[in-house]
Amino acid sequence: MRYLPHTDTDRKAMLDAIGVASIDELFTDVPEAARLDGLIDLPTKQTELQVERAMAAMSSRNVAASQAPFFVGAGAYKHHVPATVDHLIQRSEFLTAYTPYQPEISQGTLQTLFEFQTQVALLTGMDVANASMYDGSTACAEAVMMAARVTRRTKAVMAGSVHPHYVEASQTLAKYSDVSISVTDAAPADLDAVIAEIDDTTACVVIQTPDIFGRLHDLREVSRIAHEKGALVIAVFTEAVSLGLVEAPGNMGADIAVGEGQSIGVGLNFGGPYVGLFACKDDRRFIRQMPGRLAGETIDADGRRGYVLTLSTREQHIRRDKATSNICTNAGLCSLAWTIHMTLLGEKGLTQLARLNHETACELADALSAVPGVELVNETFFNEFTILLPKKADQVVNDLARFGVLGGVPASRLYPGRFENYLIVAATETNTPEDIAVFAKALAGVL
Amino acid sequence: MGMNTQGRPTRMAETIAPDNLATGGYADTISGSRGLDQAEALIFERGALDRCGVDLPEPKGLKTRLGGLERKDEIGLPGLAEPETMRHYVRLSRKNYAIDLGLYPLGSCTMKHNPRLNEKVARLPGFADVHPLQPASTVQGAYQVMGELAHWLMTLTNMPAVALSPKAGAHGEFCGMMAIRAKLDADGQTGRRRILVPESAHGTNPATAVQCGFTVDEIPADKTGRVDMEAFKAKLGDDVAGIMLTNPNTCGLFERDIREIADLIHEAGGYFYCDGANFNAIVGRVRPGDLGVDAMHINLHKTFSTPHGGGGPGSGPTVFSEALAPFAPVPYVVETEKGVLEMVEHMDDAEGEPFGRMAAFHGQMGMFTRALTYMMSHGSDGLKQVAEDAVLNANYIQARLSHVMTVAFEGTCMHEALFDDRFLKDTGVTTLDFAKAMIDEGYHPMTMYFPLVVHGAMLIEPTETESMSGLDRFIEVLDALATAAKAGDKGRFLAAPVHAPTKRLDETRAARQPVLRWTPSAEAAE
Repeated sequence: MRYLPHTDTDRKAMLDAIGVASIDELFTDVPEAARLDGLIDLPTKQTELQVERAMAAMSSRNVAASQAPFFVGAGAYKHHVPATVDHLIQRSEFLTAYTPYQPEISQGTLQTLFEFQTQVALLTGMDVANASMYDGSTACAEAVMMAARVTRRTKAVMAGSVHPHYVEASQTLAKYSDVSISVTDAAPADLDAVIAEIDDTTACVVIQTPDIFGRLHDLREVSRIAHEKGALVIAVFTEAVSLGLVEAPGNMGADIAVGEGQSIGVGLNFGGPYVGLFACKDDRRFIRQMPGRLAGETIDADGRRGYVLTLSTREQHIRRDKATSNICTNAGLCSLAWTIHMTLLGEKGLTQLARLNHETACELADALSAVPGVELVNETFFNEFTILLPKKADQVVNDLARFGVLGGVPASRLYPGRFENYLIVAATETNTPEDIAVFAKALAGVL
Repeated sequence: MGMNTQGRPTRMAETIAPDNLATGGYADTISGSRGLDQAEALIFERGALDRCGVDLPEPKGLKTRLGGLERKDEIGLPGLAEPETMRHYVRLSRKNYAIDLGLYPLGSCTMKHNPRLNEKVARLPGFADVHPLQPASTVQGAYQVMGELAHWLMTLTNMPAVALSPKAGAHGEFCGMMAIRAKLDADGQTGRRRILVPESAHGTNPATAVQCGFTVDEIPADKTGRVDMEAFKAKLGDDVAGIMLTNPNTCGLFERDIREIADLIHEAGGYFYCDGANFNAIVGRVRPGDLGVDAMHINLHKTFSTPHGGGGPGSGPTVFSEALAPFAPVPYVVETEKGVLEMVEHMDDAEGEPFGRMAAFHGQMGMFTRALTYMMSHGSDGLKQVAEDAVLNANYIQARLSHVMTVAFEGTCMHEALFDDRFLKDTGVTTLDFAKAMIDEGYHPMTMYFPLVVHGAMLIEPTETESMSGLDRFIEVLDALATAAKAGDKGRFLAAPVHAPTKRLDETRAARQPVLRWTPSAEAAE
């Protein structure tokens, strides 16, 4: 087998050196009843060519985003990723390294993490960021638990317009803890319902902006009220590019900002792997309660600047049952992709990219709301908005797919049994004027 | 800045060196670099806000619809042009050790070769450029991959159900333990809140148990490095929810009494969570379902070779027994009568009683394609050989080093060999020093000081992808180092590493005066 270097002669020599007659003698601790005689009932080995053909056949049954006018968002967005990014993350030294536990031979990973943390902090308007979480939803869940530890309170209030998967992931993490989560109704979906729930026992309020329907929220008023009651504000975003144009959560009073980094550097990947961004204000209480890894600056024995993983007494491998989280492996390589893409963009590129996204969405909103029977729901949006249709959105999406258009996410797919005529539609810099025209025409055709 | 006004190098010892040190360079060259070992400043010290490595069309200047929420202040993100970016990251990459550079014997981490076919397949547009919420008719191939992967994992483990969505090993542990908690609650077993965890367990185990509302009760190891059966039996009772046990365990040993442990925990009314981090030792040869396991996560980034990527992404599919299967989380793929694949995404649509959802969307698809590619490449015969060669290699190292290093527990091991620091007694050299000396010899050290049940532990997992000649060289080096330590050559160890990109880093300083991000210096801000 091509991945296994030993010849049978090697194996024999090694068994001799060990002092056993056969490989079976090394498995004698396995209870007899569990020892298998032959092979497990699965196909046997295949050549590289055979495997590639089989996998390509499965791949070809999917419609790739680049093959169709594509407007699907709701937490994952199609953006152009420069070729440089994918080349660099495939450098062996990044791709095939482990978590940087031996800092003297891991400075490449550690310095990029330090840069990543700084970029995330700047982007969110926060003071510090960790070295990544699995994704936006688990970052959100961890933020809720962190807020409860910081405030020593047990009630979390989540806006109904937070991505329902994020709400569910948070409910799962909180399920058997002493934290209870109340979720406001998504329908009116302004912040009044959230504000009404804040009381002296509230640990945090969780608000997404742009929210799942694409609407932007000013966090200043809710932050003021939350802080008066001693509660923290957790701001969630699912589209990191928005922060190139929209006010940062840290500048609107949020204490913790969490979100999905996928749209910068990572690609769609059918939902994963992605990269969770986690940032907070510089407060001792906060940093000691943060989940996940942190890279920090230090010096070596010669006084040269270098980087290490630090403050690990928060983490499971040191703190065990008293750790702030059980997370170990995080999103390493995806955070590298994110930081490379962000370095290529810089301030100028990011703000320009964000503006292009917004303008494309504005043009799409105008084109779609001009289709008879279609109503634009949003007053504000970044690159995603919701339209109200005269019929069920899931049927419309399936009909559009038959016309070769991937036309968004029916809100009912995220809120089963509700919002059945609402369609969530995203536009990015990858959409051309032709895409928009084709979408509008197809939508008119299927309604 | 390395030249004076006459174009001659300034005297570095006086003027250049301090600057070089502050930006990570060497003091004894003008540039801070030493040949191919190049100093590389932070992007924040090099980039500019108006420099950009991406060409984009000019915005049209349309009126915004942001409701007055435009960002007003500068963000402060530096940009680099494409060639600068390339150099920055390539230079940094060269400061990393990697599997592709040499043996990476981190115990419990399974640092094996990462085949590039897996990378190629994962990048096919039909996998990489597909959105998780596209209509089902446009992603049948993605659902098929999930179905195939589930079939392989269930067959290899002989378990009837699998949740693919956990995003890493610890997330898989959480998934398994949530199912146990949900099952206990469904059966009215609300008094069962105590989880037994061996002292030798990964830190994720106790952390996970607590996340599920359990308390942790540690079981000591016996003299052979396995669960102390008498202590285990004494801890059973009607408040026991289950046991979390790694097998092979973190001492690199198969738990001989595992079936008795399973029977006893079941008789006591609890469940058996198996930490599958070390599945590589038995894949294709032993099926956890035959050992009485109720739930086990599988690290696709260990056993099934998806790259570790400097700390992720991972993927931790979790298999379940019949008893726990109904509580598995959403989403999962089902096949309709017409042969169409569908995703069950909501708890109300599920057949059983899912405990919830682990994360957004459907799991680490990019890892699924890589792992499935790897499994199909090996097949059932190749995977069996993986386990055999992994175990063979570890035993070869243990056998050949046992005369000079101290093996922690007698007998043969599984896929990793555990040594303690008795052989360093009175040498003035610690496990840490020994590990750092390995760096100077061109190797990544083994896992140090874990498991906690062994003093000064050194846990070596070579994996199956190392050749015999490569192992011979590694063994010779460790043999010589151990001999040097015993001979009193302390200086070599205490100074180490001297040939790495940095000397030993001050971790205490990093923790006491945390600098977790770059900030402009007062000087630069003026």
